[in-house]
Amino acid sequence: MKFSETWLREHINPALDTNALAEQMTQAGLQVDSVQAVAADFSNILVGQVLSVERHPDADKLSVCKVTVGDEEPLQIVCGASNVRPEMKVPTAIVGAKIGKDFKIKKSKLRGVQSCGMLCSATELGLAETANGIYELPQDAPVGQDVREYLQLDDTMIDVELTPNRGDCLSIVGLARDVAVLNNLEYQPPIIRSIPASIDDKPSIQLHAPEHCARYVGRIIRGICLDATTPLWLQERLRRSGIRSIDPVVDVTNYVMLELGQPMHAFDLKMIDKGIHVRLAAQKETLTLLDDTELTLSSEDLVIADDKKALALAGVMGGLHSGVNSDTQDILLESAYFAAEPLALTARRYGLHTDSSHRYERGVDFSLQAKAMERATELLLDIVGGQAGSVTETLEPDALPSLPNINVRHSRIERVLGYEVETANVVRILQQLGMKVAEEAPQWSVIPPSYRYDIRLEVDCVEEVGRVIGYDQIPYGQGLLDAQLKPVPEENIAHSSIRQLLVDRDYMEAITYSFVNNAIQQVIAPDVTAIQLLNPISQDMSVMRTSMWPGLIQAMLYNLNRQQSRIRLFELGLCFSQTKEGIQQVPNIGGLCLGPKLDEQWASKASPVDFYDIKSDVQALLVMTGFAQSQFQWQATKHTALHPGQGADVLKEGKIIGHVGALHPAIKQKLGIKANLWLFELNLQAIDNAQLPKFATLSKYPAIRRDIAVVIDEKLTAAELELIVQQEASELLVDLTLFDVYHGENLPKGQKSIALGMLLQHSERTLQDGEVNDLMDRVVNKLQQEMGAVLRE
Amino acid sequence: MQDINAIVEEAASAVNAADDLSTLEKIRVRYLGKKSEFTAILKSLGSLSAEERPKVGSLVNEAKQSIQQNIAMRTDSLKQAQLNQQLQQETIDITLPGRGVKRGALHPVTRTQQRIEKIFAQLGFNVETGPEIETEAYNFDALNIPTHHPARAMMDTFYFPDNLLLRTHTSPVQIRYMQEQQPPLRMIAPGRVYRSDSDVTHTPMFHQVEGLLVDENTSFADLKGLLQEFMQCFFEKSLTMRFRASYFPFTEPSAEVDIECVKCTGKGCRICSDTGWLEVLGCGMVHPNVLEWVGIDSEKYLGYAFGLGIDRMAMLRYGIDDLRLLFDNDLRLLKQF
Repeated sequence: MKFSETWLREHINPALDTNALAEQMTQAGLQVDSVQAVAADFSNILVGQVLSVERHPDADKLSVCKVTVGDEEPLQIVCGASNVRPEMKVPTAIVGAKIGKDFKIKKSKLRGVQSCGMLCSATELGLAETANGIYELPQDAPVGQDVREYLQLDDTMIDVELTPNRGDCLSIVGLARDVAVLNNLEYQPPIIRSIPASIDDKPSIQLHAPEHCARYVGRIIRGICLDATTPLWLQERLRRSGIRSIDPVVDVTNYVMLELGQPMHAFDLKMIDKGIHVRLAAQKETLTLLDDTELTLSSEDLVIADDKKALALAGVMGGLHSGVNSDTQDILLESAYFAAEPLALTARRYGLHTDSSHRYERGVDFSLQAKAMERATELLLDIVGGQAGSVTETLEPDALPSLPNINVRHSRIERVLGYEVETANVVRILQQLGMKVAEEAPQWSVIPPSYRYDIRLEVDCVEEVGRVIGYDQIPYGQGLLDAQLKPVPEENIAHSSIRQLLVDRDYMEAITYSFVNNAIQQVIAPDVTAIQLLNPISQDMSVMRTSMWPGLIQAMLYNLNRQQSRIRLFELGLCFSQTKEGIQQVPNIGGLCLGPKLDEQWASKASPVDFYDIKSDVQALLVMTGFAQSQFQWQATKHTALHPGQGADVLKEGKIIGHVGALHPAIKQKLGIKANLWLFELNLQAIDNAQLPKFATLSKYPAIRRDIAVVIDEKLTAAELELIVQQEASELLVDLTLFDVYHGENLPKGQKSIALGMLLQHSERTLQDGEVNDLMDRVVNKLQQEMGAVLRE
Repeated sequence: MQDINAIVEEAASAVNAADDLSTLEKIRVRYLGKKSEFTAILKSLGSLSAEERPKVGSLVNEAKQSIQQNIAMRTDSLKQAQLNQQLQQETIDITLPGRGVKRGALHPVTRTQQRIEKIFAQLGFNVETGPEIETEAYNFDALNIPTHHPARAMMDTFYFPDNLLLRTHTSPVQIRYMQEQQPPLRMIAPGRVYRSDSDVTHTPMFHQVEGLLVDENTSFADLKGLLQEFMQCFFEKSLTMRFRASYFPFTEPSAEVDIECVKCTGKGCRICSDTGWLEVLGCGMVHPNVLEWVGIDSEKYLGYAFGLGIDRMAMLRYGIDDLRLLFDNDLRLLKQF
């Protein structure tokens, strides 16, 4: 809400300068966003009157004017504006005038003609961004008066950002009420004169939906003249409140809305077919609004209608058909109370937001309607003339909001605020805020005023007391709390440790958006049903990620485009998918590597990252859990985004917990990626709980190491080999190391050699050579039987 | 006699001339070995008188000892020289960089979040998380934000079918926590939140940490105290703070909290738009409707809650001047942390 400081000070004038006032309001919850001068910084611009206008002898577009600013001798001023004419009154900058910091008016010659001043436009005065010609002042402007004084330009526009609970402050009277309380001043709102009826016309008004509209005040005014212009003072007040002047009728309704907080509307009477019906719209009923928008209404929308048709969307916007225009002679003025809730839903349904709906949504004082009608009538008759009928009020008293009776305890105020406010002060604050306070301390019975919809509970009154005394009055209390010890399960692996492990392994942590481009996601995870946003911000952010990879790949592409050639990223976060069981939100950890293993350096040759590098990073995460590596199975991947020969699914207890591998060449091509890209993704819940260490007695007896190398088919895996060895040697095997893999010369085609080191030990005695040899024979035989392995001599 | 002395002298000069250990060994064999001249002299002792025999014998022994000593000394010095040479040969350029890997980095937002978590953990606040796709009930209804309420329109919410949405704050985590636990309660909920807003100072996803305390004895004054302690811990300096009345549907009374600008210490600069203040968090006493919604007796218990933007705290802490940089994941930025 933007308002003129001078206007406010006409209502309440605390002994504070502008900044202090703004500060005070901000502290009290009426947050001042900006304070702006209403006009440019200028001096020595006076009300002048043009006496004569003559063509400049040497310039078609210039006029030579005689202008009086009250001195005996008129001033000769050369002016370029096309709207200059004799008799008009205009702001006249005299010699010595200053506009802004640098512009000074001096005697000068324009194309050889002396000019002793300047006739000003609204732009030069800082009243408008653009202007058409010079600024015409009203004919009754006193010649010679300083324009600053005449237009009351020593004023500021204060913009308050009001929180939605403070609909009561969306008017000058409302702000004045609050400022008065903050300064402990008495405030008497302006007394509104009743304008007696001079004609008999009375509108017929029927309320068909009392829960939407419980009070509707109408008045007919006949014979208005819309040729009249809105007085400058009123235009200026509107401008300083950020509202454009339209025509006198609209200006007056806007003015009353700004002054009192009551939105109003005027209908062209001749367009109304008999009576007014405040009713719910028929399903699919249509209405064209003032701004030409055509609406198809729902049966939950309230309309103002006549006997035949909808005229206006109640409290939101008038209709085009019944709008006031230059031909209008008779009007019906509306001042109504519409309930906030349904109106808010209607406005939201059509995406409409007007000054009127803004106020109704936040709650308009339900006792204000008749007063506002009188005030508007008074102003209108002054400006556009005409004859007013009587104020016609239609009311459904039972449907008006009821005012609660709130029990406020002095003890509760102290308990909530942590600060004792004297009882007298409590009573003063509540009463000044317009509440009826009955009974005596230590507890009161409080009824809030009709404009404070935000005060319904005891705690709301506590808040008001705290707000008015000022939160800065409340001391800083007990910040350091008593210690509380809670058992923390040792099995939990902190996500910070998981992150740190990858950071220590040279990964950068990324944070990418949780919503991604659907096309990229489809390429990477076509089998997962992604969840679509109903109202995405862009195509690139339209579906929830089902995997960390789309976001990480996009971050990688971003960096590739910025000359980075070695990229290692990881991210933790939720992934989302739609399954038969519903929406799944699973925490995952994903990572990617591209480029050389190490930054370019002298000590080792550059070699690109390969599968075993990224597997090592993933295994480091698995090792952290404390579970034996044998608990995790690595199987050739079925993930469609990975290279089928260079990718693995990681399983624990038979369930897939993640994927590791090279991005599938076909996908690389689709995404335009040239370098090899390695990816991993794990379900975080599978790796963020640890197995606690369990001590095993140390054997006193020596261990024996035996190495074997076997030749097997190329297609067989190391894991199969190790499994057989483990099963066969289980009782004595304490460690198994795969220390060599050999392909090539000296081996039959399609075969490879694998060398294993077996560490054998008995817990209770020294092993005998004989039993070890027997064991080794068994192992070799088993390998031969199961895998066709041949011992390599 | 002459012979012995001559041999000793001859040996001494040979030893001194020897410049490696094998030459020295040859000298040892030549003068002290079985075939040395001294052996010959000793063998010839029999031809000497009984008087002379011990004399010559001891002269020979002395001579041999002297040569032995010379050789030992020369051996030491040669070994030392050899070691010195070896050390010199083995000298490497220790200024070359070490082999291996550089360290990665945590994202500045994570780094900041961890810092905030640590401070509150010291005060006994549990760190809790929750779903990001939420129901309207948890995101709005439970927080005293009814359907028509302007506050719902205020937050530009991302929606899914079936009244599901992306949480607009982490407050739903507090609701779930209060439903599961019995007071007294202390918790914070850090995490991603979403609002349909994208411009210079807004990203559609950002990070928030919300805190909650429910106890029989707590107050707005205590909330002020806690937040002051927190801010001073976080910025590692004492800061002037300002509590302004505000409005959130889920707290009453509610306040916005400003701290003096950490850049200009309140003098006014670009960071604080020349106000000297930075708006950093919102807070208040938990609204009784919120407590009642989760079944906590609002007569017996009071609570306070607060929420702050982690991204903003990270920007202030590290001087990052553009919010949008945080989610570009530009390595040139990430490497700085």
